[in-house]
Amino acid sequence: MNRMPRTVPGREEIARDGPWLSEAETHRRLERTWETPPGLWGWLSTVDHKMVGRRYIATAFVFFVLAGILALVMRLQLASPENGLVSADRYNQLFTMHGTTMMFLFAVPVMEAFAIYLVPLMVGTRSIAFPRLNAFSYWVYLFGGIMLWVAFALNIGPDVGWFAYVPLAGPQYAPGKRADFWAQLVTFTEIAALAVSVEIIVTVLKQRAPGMSLNRIPIFVWGQLVTSFMVLFAMPSVMLSSSMLIMDRLVGTHFFNKAEGGDALLWQHMFWFFGHPEVYIIFLPATGFVSSIIPVFARRPIFGYTALVLALFATAILGFGLWVHHMFATNLPHLGNSFYTAASMTIAIPSGIQIFCWIATLWGGSPRFATPLLFTIGFIVVFVLGGLSGIMLASVPLDLQVHDTYFVVAHFHYVLIGGAVFPLLGAVYYWFPKLTGRMLNELAGKVHFWLFFIGFNLTFFPMHLLGLEGMPRRVYTYPPGLGWDTMNLTATVGAVTLFVSLSIFAANVGVSLFRGQRAGSNPWDASTLEWATPSPPASYNFAHIPVVSGHDPLWEEPDGLPVVSGLRVNQREVLLTTAVDAEPDVREPVPQPSIWPLISALTLTGMLIGSIFTPWAVLWGSIPVAVAVTAWFWPKSPPETPEPVID
Amino acid sequence: MIRQMTNPRFMTDLAHLPTHGHGARGATWWGTLGFIAIEGTVFVLAVAAYFYLMGHEQSWPPNQPPPDLMWGNIQLGVILASMIPNLWADKVGRQEDLKKTRIALVIMSVAGLVPLGIRVFEFYGLNCLWTDNAYGSIVWLILGLHTVHLLTDVGDTIVLTVLMFTRHVEPRRFTDVTDNCTYWDFVVLSWVPIWALIYLVPRLG
Repeated sequence: MNRMPRTVPGREEIARDGPWLSEAETHRRLERTWETPPGLWGWLSTVDHKMVGRRYIATAFVFFVLAGILALVMRLQLASPENGLVSADRYNQLFTMHGTTMMFLFAVPVMEAFAIYLVPLMVGTRSIAFPRLNAFSYWVYLFGGIMLWVAFALNIGPDVGWFAYVPLAGPQYAPGKRADFWAQLVTFTEIAALAVSVEIIVTVLKQRAPGMSLNRIPIFVWGQLVTSFMVLFAMPSVMLSSSMLIMDRLVGTHFFNKAEGGDALLWQHMFWFFGHPEVYIIFLPATGFVSSIIPVFARRPIFGYTALVLALFATAILGFGLWVHHMFATNLPHLGNSFYTAASMTIAIPSGIQIFCWIATLWGGSPRFATPLLFTIGFIVVFVLGGLSGIMLASVPLDLQVHDTYFVVAHFHYVLIGGAVFPLLGAVYYWFPKLTGRMLNELAGKVHFWLFFIGFNLTFFPMHLLGLEGMPRRVYTYPPGLGWDTMNLTATVGAVTLFVSLSIFAANVGVSLFRGQRAGSNPWDASTLEWATPSPPASYNFAHIPVVSGHDPLWEEPDGLPVVSGLRVNQREVLLTTAVDAEPDVREPVPQPSIWPLISALTLTGMLIGSIFTPWAVLWGSIPVAVAVTAWFWPKSPPETPEPVID
Repeated sequence: MIRQMTNPRFMTDLAHLPTHGHGARGATWWGTLGFIAIEGTVFVLAVAAYFYLMGHEQSWPPNQPPPDLMWGNIQLGVILASMIPNLWADKVGRQEDLKKTRIALVIMSVAGLVPLGIRVFEFYGLNCLWTDNAYGSIVWLILGLHTVHLLTDVGDTIVLTVLMFTRHVEPRRFTDVTDNCTYWDFVVLSWVPIWALIYLVPRLG
């Protein structure tokens, strides 16, 4: 095994990793090859999935804070009847911006952000697939978010609800540009999300470490893979429908105009064909967090690996068959409603299977109740409650009774905060040491958890009752004497509690970044490959690509993972493996950093914002986009050291 | 990692592996497939919207003539015929025969530009405007979507053709050629149902 690498006589020797190169020298050369150049230019042109992932996470949390502040303002407005804190018009913008930001700029991007950072590490590769597309995706997401919030600051923020129903959002009832900013934001975020999904699918299918056959993929990675497929088939629907909306508004098409043969319900069908899978696009990655955290803190392998993976698939498939349950109040045929009722109840089965597998894992282990596990258990409690009110809403008579009331608001916050934000916060505590090299403070974490859990239930539980009492959602105020006052005040007290708990969290993150206890490479004694790298990982992730022989590689190989050799150390290269069995197949070069993804994103931004005002922006704006994209793909220099022809 | 640093256990050496692979062996092919899935979904949804709107009308097209068949049929013939040079381009690309690949790419650039020219006449032959009614809107939308695909793939093919005449040619570039052929397959095959939708469905009832 100690033979030298092959060389071609007369050519410079191609340096590869292996026993012939000392470990220190291997690291030195890999660092030189893979590092992001220092300075602003390097920062703008980086294609390192860890840098892009960190940016994505940080940006998503900024939008979380912004949308959370809007929620707090709404709760303060509703704290007492006939309150005059904000006007009706401002309130319409507040709830639209809150929902739009939470769904399009926080929930989906933050899940993808974790995938961008973690999936390449967890499958044992040095880079995400299509790293420049990844950088492009981030910039498009960022610019879309900035566009929306600048519009809001200029009092042209959307005010038609996060699902922008027509005819309210159509040209007749929503003059001005507010709804157009909403429609174009959707385009920005969906381009970004679709790009990430393709990257994740290819990373998972083609870049896994040797031996990581499909039946050995960590459940987190399965969750991200299934989610990415859902994105491929769900997001085109909202991109297409929001484009149709903007065309109705800008160039006089009639897709949703009843008078000219269009139909308003077409919008609802197309929106919810995306909108319902969207819930699972947020939820499935969160179940991946849970499936990562529970075995580590229960100190045993996950119970029911196969059942969990099949549950992911079942959820994804059923998730596409539920959209009409958002439309029970639209006078659709009764038989159709019954089908969607049945499908909506059926999807509780795979969710139930997952929950029983997690409980069984905890039951059979010896759990240590650190903060990540607390958030996970909080998730199970809150999500089950949200699931139960979901089963109630799946029944048409009950849905008609509480349609558009606070009962629905309570339900989807239990599902979304319970199903996504609780696991996400657990995931932050769990992976923070990997991202930063430091631990978050455990005591502050526990205080954060309990305040968050109490604050959450205080805010949203009374909303069930408010809904049953008949309080409609999206009203900016209400008269006194309807029996709603105390519950509204309670909800506001809960919202303030949530705010306090998240402030503690923010302080914990801020302080721990600089003063937190140093984390080693594997502070939780976890089993997946990301913990085989230093904290934070080097630019090249792994000095040698590991070989995997089970579900929990670090537990199965306590003396260090076996590795392969032969990848170049003086040129960026990843190992491609076969899709099913992960047999080594090709050593493929990886693109260098480039400024062109940023420039492409800027040109696209110009085109998309321009098209809010004139259709000609699409024509003229596509020219700089085409130029930038061509420059992106055009090779900059011949390959440094050509490969000897051995194949 | 620390343990690895001191004592890595090397199992296999992979220096002998190739540095590029055609089709399913390469990453870009899978990425292309992903984008085809996205764009295919867009087509399917647009077609669904077409039938949804059709279901609301007594006659289809509503009180106007259907699109002229001639240009649509010419387009169908031309696009299907482009499959022949496309298959050849894929074959010589896989053989990594630079001379033949260059010829094939030039042919494919032309084979992409011709349908774009015909497309102008197709739009004229639709016998409606997008502002007429929902029927006009959806027909223009669907034909427009397919035109965007034609445009992007022709642009891509031309850039690739120019690239293959420069000093940047290396073996990996041939996988770009074969991946580009895969995408053209999609542009061609998606046209068949769209052609049937635009030109035949309005004549059925």
